[in-house]
Amino acid sequence: MGKLRYTLWLILVALPQLALANSQFNMRKGVTDISNNVYELHMTIFIICCVIGIIVFAVMFWALIHHRKSKGAKPAQFHESTKVEILWTAIPFVILIAMAIPATKTLIAMEDASKADITIKVTGSQWKWHYEYMGEDIAFYSILATPKDQIDNQAEKTEHYLLEVDKPLVLPINKKVRFLMTSDDVIHSWWVPDFAVKKDANPGFINEAWTRINEPGMYRGQCAELCGKDHGFMPVVVEALPEDEFATWLADAKQAKEQAAAADAALLDQTLSKDELVVLGEQVYMASCAACHQPTGMGLPGVFPALKGSPIVLGDVNDHIDIVLHGKPGTAMQAFDKQLSIKQLAAVITYKRNAWGNNTGDVIQPSQIQAAIDAAAEAN
Amino acid sequence: MSNVINEQATEHAHHDHHHPAKGFKRWLYTTNHKDIGSLYLIFSLTMFLIGGAMAMVIRAELFQPGLQLVDPHFFNQMTTVHGLIMVFGAVMPAFTGLANWMVPMMIGAPDMALPRMNNWSFWILPFAFLILLASLLMPGGGPAFGWTFYAPLSTTYSNDNTALFVFAVHIMGISSIMGAINVIVTIVNLRAPGMTWMKLPLFVWTWLITAFLLIAVMPVLAGAVTMVLTDKYFATSFFDAAGGGDPVMFQHIFWFFGHPEVYIMILPAFGIISTIVPTFSRKKLFGYASMVYATSSIALLSFIVWAHHMFTTGMPVAGELFFMYATMLISVPTGVKVFNWVATMWRGSISFEIPMMFAIAFIVLFTLGGFSGLMLAITPADFQYHDTYFVVAHFHYVLVTGAVFSIMAGAYYWLPKWTGNMYNETLAKWHFWLSLVSVNVLFFPMHFVGLAGMPRRIPDYALQFADFNAIISIGGFAFGLSQLLFVLVVFKCARGGEKAPAKVWDGAEGLEWEVDSPAPYHTFETPPEIK
Repeated sequence: MGKLRYTLWLILVALPQLALANSQFNMRKGVTDISNNVYELHMTIFIICCVIGIIVFAVMFWALIHHRKSKGAKPAQFHESTKVEILWTAIPFVILIAMAIPATKTLIAMEDASKADITIKVTGSQWKWHYEYMGEDIAFYSILATPKDQIDNQAEKTEHYLLEVDKPLVLPINKKVRFLMTSDDVIHSWWVPDFAVKKDANPGFINEAWTRINEPGMYRGQCAELCGKDHGFMPVVVEALPEDEFATWLADAKQAKEQAAAADAALLDQTLSKDELVVLGEQVYMASCAACHQPTGMGLPGVFPALKGSPIVLGDVNDHIDIVLHGKPGTAMQAFDKQLSIKQLAAVITYKRNAWGNNTGDVIQPSQIQAAIDAAAEAN
Repeated sequence: MSNVINEQATEHAHHDHHHPAKGFKRWLYTTNHKDIGSLYLIFSLTMFLIGGAMAMVIRAELFQPGLQLVDPHFFNQMTTVHGLIMVFGAVMPAFTGLANWMVPMMIGAPDMALPRMNNWSFWILPFAFLILLASLLMPGGGPAFGWTFYAPLSTTYSNDNTALFVFAVHIMGISSIMGAINVIVTIVNLRAPGMTWMKLPLFVWTWLITAFLLIAVMPVLAGAVTMVLTDKYFATSFFDAAGGGDPVMFQHIFWFFGHPEVYIMILPAFGIISTIVPTFSRKKLFGYASMVYATSSIALLSFIVWAHHMFTTGMPVAGELFFMYATMLISVPTGVKVFNWVATMWRGSISFEIPMMFAIAFIVLFTLGGFSGLMLAITPADFQYHDTYFVVAHFHYVLVTGAVFSIMAGAYYWLPKWTGNMYNETLAKWHFWLSLVSVNVLFFPMHFVGLAGMPRRIPDYALQFADFNAIISIGGFAFGLSQLLFVLVVFKCARGGEKAPAKVWDGAEGLEWEVDSPAPYHTFETPPEIK
């Protein structure tokens, strides 16, 4: 008997240690009111389950220890009791109702995305996120920043391995932020555990979610719905800033956008050297193309076509530009006209037409890309 | 019932010419429920090992952060095919095998009602899995879209393995439906005189209900895969918004099959546990009638909870509330079952033979999986749990320490009846204890990494998950290797061992213990009388 009491005591002392919030063991409390409510719900139902489990299995192990044949136990004859059976149907039912009430309240609050201060359109695609600040004319892609060397175990893995991006989503604290989720290809799911926000991004449909962040900081999550080969490599990173810093960031971002547009315009009159384009093109290729077509340009047979010796890459330049700009509907080939600058596009197409023995010698200038974009806009 | 044994003996002598043919033809042409039951069980064990080998690949890759052994595309094929094989190739055929062997013997029937269909429903299965496995060798590899094959990942964004996958699933579905029809027809028509509904052994009851679930939902799965096929190859747009379809509709159709499917894999397990616990407690099952009602309620509820797999897809809040309440409700009849098992043991005369050990492990660990299921039902919390390792932990507790442990329990319980020999007790004990420890090292820490934020179906992970993943992988290898002991036990038991009496377990009840061990090729050609 002493042993049993000791074990129970140990469990009661050890459980809260294991269950500590923000530990390696448990759900994070997070940084929003909602995520705190969710954490409380999680702990409540967890403790209810623990208590029921301890009672039921205490009874069972009592029987296993004391009602053993080897101890000379003689079986009793009872095999039903309406009273007990009604009792153990009714009690769980009451516990469930008690549990359903706070769950319902939290759920209704979670699903009310009305009266938002700002709206972000989140678009998933294989395998990156695109964020658009609605009404602010700011939009960008957010791509995994962990170097391939680390993934391939060629370099030491750094602190935020696989949970770092080139450009995080920047949000203000203390504002109600509404997310509109959609996808360009397959189903993705945008998840930041610290906000308790996880919502699927469905192609062709828009989903809603919201958050109000209480503390500034960097918050990291991942895509939560299997979305193909690199599903494990599309993290979500949110940088939450105090309101004034967010305003500064927004102004800077707008300025940077204007500068980039001016730089693109200046490029139209320039002729870039092949070497410059190939060097830049390789970087762009590794970041935007290699996930499917592979660093070797060999693709994955049966899934992603090879670019080495490809009839499109070796064929007419305009066809090649067209497929890179507009993608190939009904396949995994995305449209890159909005994802890359005209300089990057020119560089990557030049690179492909000269790498891996594709020695076409072609050099594509940013002005050619701009002409193709203009022509397509006119045709529409 | 003692006159039954005498009748059996004379019947047996009379039917000597009915002995099985020799060699491969015996198995290919057999219409005997015991042969077909053995075929199903051997097939299921083979698939369990193949699916397990794929799990080992998954765990080896996840042993450390970084990509070491396989590329992400192949990793996805492994998770997908592991799931498909374990669900359709290991667990379901194992239960069908047990039903084939035991249902006729438990109800005093000479065979299954539709023996030729029985042969066919088994023999198309190996071809389904050959097709599925062969698809791994085609250019671009096999299915890599998860066993749930969500569109459009399985349509527009998949290679041509989709066609083979769809064909294989169709064959599996046809096999399951034929098996289910056979079970229903047998139970309804071939019960021995006096075997009234409320005298049916619980394994028969649970299988009857399972068979109805199968007939109800396998056609839905067939519909889902057919729509995937036509979306990919025949320009339909069921799941493509660009043509007026909806990818979320796929999930509704899939989970309308998928949730009852979960119960298809656990209701027969309840039947097995309800058979074994009274035997080794030497006491009648507590609350027989409430067990039947609870099983039926679970089966009915399983049709109205499917969207709890889809809380993050963006449902109206009313829908989320409905599916949350309905899902929570399932814990009531499930709780009744657990309470009944505990009450059966209470003031029994308990002994701990291997089947009982597995049954006790089942009750504790399945309940643990039930608790995490209840947690998953709480929609706001589900947003955090969904598609993480918490879910992986949950369904492996329910399916491995639940369904698979019950199958192991049943196999140890009836092996002496099937082979006429006792299994090697020492090896079996090693198998049990190694499995029990390793399965928890394998699946318990998954709760932690899931809560800490590790998504499922990823080939590589952030550094804070590294320690637990190493432990999980070690548990995985240990559990996988332990199952080879089971193969050894079964093999040795089939070859020889201490002779088993007709009534192998002193506390056992039921018609199967009235016939010799091993059970004669033909049993109950004259139906026994049930008092």
